Amino acid sequence: MNRLLLIPLILFAVLVGFFFVGLRHDPNGELPSALINKAAPAFELPQLQEPSKSFSPAEMKGKVWLLNVWASWCEPCREEHPWLVEYSRSGIVPIYGFNWKDDRAAALRVLDELGNPYVLTVSDADGRVAIDYGVTGAPETYLIDRQGVIRYKKALPLDKDTWEKEIVPLVKQLNR
Amino acid sequence: MKEFAFIITFLLIVAGVAVVRAQPADDAQLEKRMQALTQQLRCLVCRNETLADSPADVAEDLRRQIRDQMKAGKSDQEIIAFLHERYGDFVLYKPPVKSTTYLLWFGPFVLLIGGTFLLYQYLGQRRRMIADKPLTDEERKRAEELLKQQVG
Repeated sequence: MNRLLLIPLILFAVLVGFFFVGLRHDPNGELPSALINKAAPAFELPQLQEPSKSFSPAEMKGKVWLLNVWASWCEPCREEHPWLVEYSRSGIVPIYGFNWKDDRAAALRVLDELGNPYVLTVSDADGRVAIDYGVTGAPETYLIDRQGVIRYKKALPLDKDTWEKEIVPLVKQLNR
Repeated sequence: MKEFAFIITFLLIVAGVAVVRAQPADDAQLEKRMQALTQQLRCLVCRNETLADSPADVAEDLRRQIRDQMKAGKSDQEIIAFLHERYGDFVLYKPPVKSTTYLLWFGPFVLLIGGTFLLYQYLGQRRRMIADKPLTDEERKRAEELLKQQVG
């Protein structure tokens, strides 16, 4: 038999291989963040509870902390919220809220209803600072080290697995 | 003809939707620049849409940001760099040439050159396989007879 006849078959097998991988690939999966190991962008935003006061990441120098992007209109954030409340009680790492493109009253209502896991929350009402952080959706969580460098980002709601296997070990390592 | 009219109508509708979605800019020139630039950028939410076409909220914010930067006199390169810094390669529809994208950029040329080479080899082999085989004397005689019969 002519061996050349096998070429289409082999090409077909390769194509099937690509489809197999491609179709199992989640098109809405997490994207690698461009900001990992880069300095957390500076900002100065009003606090949600006390808009006359502001907050800037520069105040957190020397501490390992989490910045959690959330909004009252964000359904998955509600799912995540009870976990955050629980984690905040553990005292392993302080969680700061980043209220994104939200209505102030609605945001405050969420904290009233579901509890407040945040040391404090800043309001980015028009979403300009979020662009600096490369936010594409909510919730998103950033882990920032003592030097103010972003060491980790999760663009999905945090759950027990992520918390125990990814965040806690990294926090411990960074606090060492 | 009917199909042609249908296609034209369809294209007009699509174009109309695209225009409606884009926020009107202060002047036509800026809007034109916006269109050209945002066509090359990918929306981070509707992953397979350009920033120009995406109706997503984040895309809206990004378009506002781009528009502001254009008004501030930033060049297209500077704006692309701004977005690339924040969102990574994913935001670019035209990927940069670097070690992880060599295969993407040069793969097709390698395939083309390799394929041409293989084709050339194969054709050469074939030519050798069908080398001229001269007729024997007997065959020639028979052929001449047949020709004569035909003519006769």
